[in-house]
Amino acid sequence: MKAASGVGAIQRRPRKRDVRHAVTVLLFMSPWLIGFLGLILYPMLSSLYFSFTRYSLLSTPEWIGLQNYSFMFTRDPYFWLAMRNTLWVIAVGVPSRIVFGIFTAWLLTLPRRGSRVYRTLYFMPSMAPPAAAALAFILVFQPSFGPVNTILRGLGWHNPPLWFYGPNTSKWGLVILGLWGIGDAMIIFLAGLLDVPQQLYEAADIEGATGVQKFRFVTLPMISPVIFFSTVIGVIYGFQLFTQAYVTSVAVTGSSVTDVASNIGSPQGSMLFFSVYLYEKGFLNFQMGYASALAWVLLVITMACTLLIIRGSRRWVHYQGGGAFR
Amino acid sequence: MSIEAQAQRIPASIAVDTADELRLRPVPPDVRRRRLLMTVARHAVLIAVAIAFLAPFFFILMTSLMNNDQAVTPSFVPNPFEWSNFTDVFRRIPLLTYTWNTVQIAVGATIGVVVSCVPVAYALARMRWRGRQLAFVLILSTMMLPYQVTIVPLYIIWVRLHQVNHLTPLILPLFLGDAFSIFLLRQFFLTIPEELSDAARVDGASEWQIMTRVIVPLAKPAIAAVALFQFLYSWNDLFGPLLFVGTNQKLWTLTIALSEFQSRHGVEWNLTMAASILVMLPVIILFFLAQRVFVEGVTLTGVKG
Repeated sequence: MKAASGVGAIQRRPRKRDVRHAVTVLLFMSPWLIGFLGLILYPMLSSLYFSFTRYSLLSTPEWIGLQNYSFMFTRDPYFWLAMRNTLWVIAVGVPSRIVFGIFTAWLLTLPRRGSRVYRTLYFMPSMAPPAAAALAFILVFQPSFGPVNTILRGLGWHNPPLWFYGPNTSKWGLVILGLWGIGDAMIIFLAGLLDVPQQLYEAADIEGATGVQKFRFVTLPMISPVIFFSTVIGVIYGFQLFTQAYVTSVAVTGSSVTDVASNIGSPQGSMLFFSVYLYEKGFLNFQMGYASALAWVLLVITMACTLLIIRGSRRWVHYQGGGAFR
Repeated sequence: MSIEAQAQRIPASIAVDTADELRLRPVPPDVRRRRLLMTVARHAVLIAVAIAFLAPFFFILMTSLMNNDQAVTPSFVPNPFEWSNFTDVFRRIPLLTYTWNTVQIAVGATIGVVVSCVPVAYALARMRWRGRQLAFVLILSTMMLPYQVTIVPLYIIWVRLHQVNHLTPLILPLFLGDAFSIFLLRQFFLTIPEELSDAARVDGASEWQIMTRVIVPLAKPAIAAVALFQFLYSWNDLFGPLLFVGTNQKLWTLTIALSEFQSRHGVEWNLTMAASILVMLPVIILFFLAQRVFVEGVTLTGVKG
């Protein structure tokens, strides 16, 4: 009897502990669990539902099937404009940030002394709040009296670009603004460069490799995971670009966007990016259904791009230890 | 074979010669000159790039000190210096109110993220349970989720709760975890040796005690980085504040004020730049104070990801 009850006790005790363990885990995880269900899963599903409705916040959602999507793809010129602008900024901005990030990081590896001072100075612009940085750049690139065009005129260019004030050059202004704030990408690349084992370079030296060859066959493969990471992050954030475009539109037209929706994307729609358009549709025109449809298209495109990059990355990303998440 | 053993095999005379030669032989002048030139060239490039990075700061500072007429001319140096621009900004817009709103949001959100994400990251990194991997994958995928996908229903929820035009929607959600912060903390917690937890467990510590007394003190750099990132994110955010407090001017943040500055006050570049500097300043100061935390934090996100 005694032995039996002892066995029972042994069996029961772990179970009690299991329950306590489960409760502990649940308590620790509860902030995220509540957040995930209430702030992510539920809103996601309801925005999917809204995307098939006409919904203006005041009325109840009215089911209209695929009309939002068919209007978007076939009859909404602004959707395609926003898509083109966004893809342009990603296609130009992401690679140039990677190249410039590697370049500045490489510069920082050169000096034996003073490297930290340079690092601080190079990093600082990325700390500037995007709204303030955008305003600063509008002035720096101001066509008639900004310093950039003053210098360009001094160099003999009589008709320098209009930058943020011209539809053909405004996005270039944004790309340059992105390069000014290279700091965070640069730090990641710097860590990557410093992680490359020195023996690899020594071995390449013995083989008689030139500087370019060393960069191509040692450095690039070794920092390819960092390049991969920056590409994915750059594409995801590129689709969400908002602050700089919004601030620029307001500043360039000199009128408040919260009052006048028509100025969004100024000059001439060249700054109409996906998030800006979604903001306009959802929260200035209160077309909640259409905004939800836009959001879901954005999600699908973001996911497709990310998957494509991950697929493609298998060919060029080199992991020393194996997988991406060890 | 050790160096000493190798040295012993070399005949004494030769060894002495080599040592003498190493000590006495000067670096040839042409080599030294070339090295010096290379160093100078490197620093010249580094300084040139540094100037390019700093030039916009310098230029907006100069413009912020000009009078309004001079600000729209190509001149670089203020004449006269209008230091009163900075006090004028405070007269034009209630900058202190906007700063207070921004501070409330940023501090509240930062506290929320730290308080909510540390336990979650702890459970993901230091406890064993079924479904842990699934939870981690879910968190990773929400990191990549565009916020636009949830923003419409979230806005509607806050409208229903009568919290639009309050600061609540900008603070409260952060008390329910943030995927990026959880991920970063988890990665750091994983690097802390398991033996430390085991030792505490043998002493009868609960998971909560292990977390607060063992893990949190060791993870200070990661927690500081997460706090700093959230603070900056909230400080710099425009979309959220615009959405939730955009129509209530009393609750505007610094970024809204800045983006609307031009439209409200015509094109006064000198004052706009003075306002920009005032908004930048706290962040830049914070950066200099916490530079190491910052650089380590960014590295953590990039290299471990």
